[in-house]
Amino acid sequence: MRYVSDVGALARKDLLLELRAKETLPSMLLFVISALTIFHFALPAGTSDVAARGLLWSALVFTALLGLTRAFVAEREQGMFDALVLTPCDRSAIWLAKSIAVLAFLAAAEVVALPAFAAFFHGLDGRTVAAVALADLGIVAVGTLFGAMAVAGRARELLLPLLFLPAAIPIVVGGVGGYLWFLVLYDAIFAVFAWGTFEYVIAEA
Amino acid sequence: MKLPALTTVAFGAAVALIFFYAPTDADQGFSQRIFYFHVPIALTSYACFGWGAWKALRYLRTRDERADLESYVAIHQGVIFGALTLVTGSIWARASWGVWWSWSENQLVLFLVLFLFYCAYFMLRYSVDAGPARMNMSAVYALFGVVLIPVSFLAIRLSQRFIHPVVFDSHAPSNMTGSQWLSFIVSFAAMLLLFATLYNVELAGKRIDAHLRELRELLGRRLDVGPQRAQAPAAPAPGREPA
Repeated sequence: MRYVSDVGALARKDLLLELRAKETLPSMLLFVISALTIFHFALPAGTSDVAARGLLWSALVFTALLGLTRAFVAEREQGMFDALVLTPCDRSAIWLAKSIAVLAFLAAAEVVALPAFAAFFHGLDGRTVAAVALADLGIVAVGTLFGAMAVAGRARELLLPLLFLPAAIPIVVGGVGGYLWFLVLYDAIFAVFAWGTFEYVIAEA
Repeated sequence: MKLPALTTVAFGAAVALIFFYAPTDADQGFSQRIFYFHVPIALTSYACFGWGAWKALRYLRTRDERADLESYVAIHQGVIFGALTLVTGSIWARASWGVWWSWSENQLVLFLVLFLFYCAYFMLRYSVDAGPARMNMSAVYALFGVVLIPVSFLAIRLSQRFIHPVVFDSHAPSNMTGSQWLSFIVSFAAMLLLFATLYNVELAGKRIDAHLRELRELLGRRLDVGPQRAQAPAAPAPGREPA
């Protein structure tokens, strides 16, 4: 029970911060709509459904990357990491709370992006929506772990895409092919991995 | 001194077997012999990544700084062998299909993904200041890599279904004859020995480097105490980042 309330308090902190500052979500929304607009011009007329769907997945991965890059910036710049590490709570709770907050931003961006995609291109099927929902879980699980690593370095914004994109290739494969079981497998494996190793990433920060 | 000598002997034997003993492939001809380099190099690269992850796990369990350095060196060798895998695979694709790159070779695509992933390991390592935080992150990233290998492999297998409906048969002869097996096994052993030798050499170099830096700092501190040298602390050698 302690664990759940810790996670709740930490996630609430992030959501409240975003509600007041309004930094991450508006930029994610603008980014994903701009990306879809660029795709319209990048694709030749009469392009197949499959090609457009492939581009949707790259738009989603890069939008998530935008949110993940911002996720730990406040912690690092305001010296919040020291406070978090000193907090008498399980450190994996920090990962879980941050993942929930990023997932909320990503889901909010997709609530706009998916209908926009359906309107701009060929429409959507239920399978794609389900795949997006499952992929989101894997993206935030892995992205939050790598985000905490990247923010500790000097390169920061530059580093996260390098760490994250190779690991996100399986998500894109599962999403474009519509292999829901594969996405579930990915989510399960890497959520457990990130949950178990996160404490090492921030322990000495 | 035994290991380098053994490596040299094994390599000589492997080259001799590959070029003079192994039969020429009826279908692909002479160029098929690159198989005896390409596949052992690829398998050795997996061994490097596995060894690096094992050392990373050792580090997280024991907090032994030597394990961190060993993990780094193993992954460094793994990336070198991985680059060689990409190069030899590309040459093979050129020789047998006339293209430098083929997305239908699962192993080659997997190596591209792994190569990108492990190159970022160095970006991560050199972007964080040396210390326990960096050791922890490197270890977690190295462990992530070995989990990612099977997942990526599965993903690439799946992607064949919707990107390439026709899957080429694998290059490796599934029913290798005895002489082919012998050449392959000797070549694989030679590659593993080469990895072990290079690993030892790089590790020794890095340790000497770290030791030298310690001594230099110690000396600098001693000299600082003297009144006339107070203004000139011994500077560390420029461009030398601790690994």
